[in-house]
Order: sequence, then C-alpha cells, then structure tokens
Amino acid sequence: MAVYILLALLAVVIFWIIAKYNSLITLRNQTTNGWKQIDVQLKRRHDLIPNLVSTVKGQMQFEQDTLEKVIQARNSAVTATGVADAAAKENILTGALSKLFALVENYPTLRSNENVQQLQEELTSTENKISFARQFYNDIATRFNISQQTFPGNIIASMFNFTAAELFEIQVATEREVPKVDLSLKR
Amino acid sequence: MTIPSPFARRNIYEQQAHNRQMTVFVMIGFALFLGLLGMGFDFYFSGSVGEGGFIPLGTVVALAVGTGSAFWSLSNGPSAVLTSAGAVPADDSNPSHRQLLNVVDEMAIASGLPRPAVYVIPDADPNAFATGKDPQHSSIAVTQGLLDSLNREELQGVVAHEMSHIRNYDIRLMTVVAALMGAILLLSDWARRSLWYGRGRKRNSKSSGQLGALLLVLWLIGIILAPIITRMMAMAVSRKREYLADASGAEMTRNPLGLASALKKIDTAVEPTASIKRGAAHLCIADPLGRSVNSREGFVAELFGTHPPIEKRITALQAMAYQSAPTPAA
Repeated sequence: MAVYILLALLAVVIFWIIAKYNSLITLRNQTTNGWKQIDVQLKRRHDLIPNLVSTVKGQMQFEQDTLEKVIQARNSAVTATGVADAAAKENILTGALSKLFALVENYPTLRSNENVQQLQEELTSTENKISFARQFYNDIATRFNISQQTFPGNIIASMFNFTAAELFEIQVATEREVPKVDLSLKR
Repeated sequence: MTIPSPFARRNIYEQQAHNRQMTVFVMIGFALFLGLLGMGFDFYFSGSVGEGGFIPLGTVVALAVGTGSAFWSLSNGPSAVLTSAGAVPADDSNPSHRQLLNVVDEMAIASGLPRPAVYVIPDADPNAFATGKDPQHSSIAVTQGLLDSLNREELQGVVAHEMSHIRNYDIRLMTVVAALMGAILLLSDWARRSLWYGRGRKRNSKSSGQLGALLLVLWLIGIILAPIITRMMAMAVSRKREYLADASGAEMTRNPLGLASALKKIDTAVEPTASIKRGAAHLCIADPLGRSVNSREGFVAELFGTHPPIEKRITALQAMAYQSAPTPAA
C-alpha cells in the first residue's frame, strides 16, 4: 500500500516537473522572440541612418561634428554583442540622433525637404517601434525571470540550468540627459 | 485615481473569456428571436407548429437564414463593410498613409499581434473602425479626415484603440451581431409583407388554444419591434466595449492623453461620416451618424446609444494619465 502511495506521489512530482519545464521553455522562446523583434527594428535604424546623414550633409556644413557622432554611434551599435552592450550603444545612438533632429529644426530648407521629412518619419517610427518592442520584451523577460526565481520553480530552473534574461534598460547617463542646445548657433 | 469602468479591472485573458461567453449569450438571444419569428409564421399560416407531419417551414427557413448569414459574414462580412465604406488599401508612397502604416506597425509590436491590413476611407470627417474574423485576419480602416486632423500621438491613440478591439476579439462578435441583425430585419420585413398580402389559414384551423394566441401576439409584437429590439441588443454589446478598448489602448501606448485629445477632435468635427453606413456604425471609434443620443446619459442613451458619451470617455482617459506609470503586463 505504502509503495503505491509513494509511486503515485512520484508520478505527481514527475508530471509537475515536466509541466514546469515546458512552461519555462515556452517563456524562454517567447523572450528570445521578443529580443528578435527589437533586433529587427535596431537593424532598420542602422540602415536608415546613412541615408539620413547623406541627405542632410550638404546643407549642414557647420554640423559636421554632430553628423560624425551619429555615424560613429551607429557604427559602434552595429557591432554590439549581447543585450546589455546593445542597450548601452543603442542609447548613445538615440541621444546622437535626437540632437541631430533638434539641429535640423534650425534649417528651414531641410525641414521642408520632402526626403528629410520622410526619413524623419521613418526614424521616428523606428524609435517608437524599438521602444514598444523593448516594452514587450521587458514584460516577457520579467515573466520568464519571475517564474525562474520563485519557489518551487527555482528548483527546476537550476536543475536544467536556466539563466535569467537580461532586461533592456534605459541608460541613465545618456537617455535621461538634458539635451544641450547651443544658442550661439549661426546660420 | 481609479479607472471609472468596471471592465478596466479585468485582465486581457479574462476579458477575452468574457467576450466569448457574451458571444454565446448574444447568439442564443438572436437564435431565440429568429425561432420566434419563424414559429409565429408557421402558426399564422397553418395554425400549428410541426404537428401532424407538417414541416415547420418558417422556423427552418428563419434559423437557416440566421446561421447562414452568420457564417457567411465571418468570411465575407469584413470585406463587405470595407467595400461599402469605399475603403482603399493605404498607399505606401503617400506620406500621410505611410505614417498610418508606421503607426499600425508600432501598435502591432506593442500588442504582440500580426499587423492587420490597413485601409483609408476618402472621407473628410475623422473616424476609424476595425473589422475581421480574428487577429490573424483583421483590418483597420481610418478616414482621410482623421489622418489630416490628428497629430502622430493622437493617431497612435486611435490605432491602439482599434488594435485593442482586434486583440479582445470584439471584431468577431460585432461582425456576427451585424449579420444576425441583418437576418432578423430581413425576415421580419418578409413576415410583415406576408401579413398584408398573404391570406392566413388561421381562420380555418380550430386548434388555436391559449398558448397559440400568446405565441401569435408575441410574434406580432416581435415583427413590429424587430428593428428596435435587435438594435438594442447590438448596441448593448458594442457600447461596453468602447471603454475597455480605450483603457487597453492606453495601456499599449502608455499615453492615454493622446487618445483623449484625439477623441476631443473627433467629437468637435460636426459633420457625420457620410461614407460609413448605418450597418457599420457600431464598429466605429465615434458614432459616424452624429446621433445626439450618444452624447447623452441616462436610460434612453443606455438603451440606444452605440457609444458611451465622449465626455465620459475623455474623463476616464484623463484619470488614467495620473497613474500612467508602466504597469506589468497582465
């Protein structure tokens, strides 16, 4: 009798382990997929930037420094590896881009240029997509992490070597920085 | 600081489950109504329902028409609504359409759904609706007037609202409801005509009985009031969904004020949206017919309005803005 009870208990535990394991795998895949979504948008931004820079270059002679920074930030972002590294480099790029857009406002011909407007819309949208994809990724990754860290899920997680997903965080230093506006700028 | 809608407290899965339940109730309601129409017809013309080898033709036809149109509408209804509104697919090379496509893409990412087909209706009045069978087969249509009068943030709010209708399966429910409404109106119209022109065999038959008389009275009331009753049923379903779509749309953009100011602009546009026909009114973000019943509160508005008063929706959204800190996904 006691043997049967033990066997039944064992069966319950095994089923529970299987269910938990499967749910962790599902969450891990969803997290990876969420990251891919961000990745697609980041790539798109990297592709758009050279276009933008070459369109505005002619008329923004005085702004070579800013343009240079955008290109540099873009090139370093392309080579980023891993979530944390990508987050840091992309944030620098976001900062450089928003400065460039602020400067474009000073050039009426650029502002009314159809190409620039189009590129601006594309980049704005890509920025939004990045932040929405990030929002989605962070939500899923948080769920994945919680289910790994709470008891008794943490036993399964450590048994099968699940690791916590990194969150895509906003870098305090770059994105929260107040943009500096140079008022002495001459046209 | 609380969201003044009982629906906002449901998480998205509960809401989807609730919508499926509601769909079943509404279907039963419509089926009963269709059955009543058919049975009354049989009774009026034969004096009995399915007695003595008589085939209850009216009942069978009524239920068949209802079922048929519900299924037909699931595969053809959305495109029929789009065609009747004169909607054309958004054009990638037109800047304002391009922006719309981008905004829809953004909201698809935020909600984790596939991107719906995007249409533009050449109408100067601002309005928008979503339709379809499920998130994989869905469309969003907005008027050119909406694109012209809203800024990017406001457009995002409106698209998020429509995206929520898709995510909550409101689009499927509304499509089926519209089809059943049409079926009932058609049948009650036939029944009324048959009353004027047909010669009922009622007087020849002896076995009326009290139950028969009651059924007959119900039937007569039913066919006379059919247009009003069906509209009330459809409206009850659609009105409640608007608050929820506002709330979950705001959760997607994390910017309730964008939608609030869009609603304000849509509200102040006085012209009714001419291209959107009465049959699609309950799909829209704001009543396209400009009926005053939707701006009022109280019993009559509760019964007949397709949309809650815009004032109330704006107030609800503004209340959310005070607590719009990111919330974990439900």
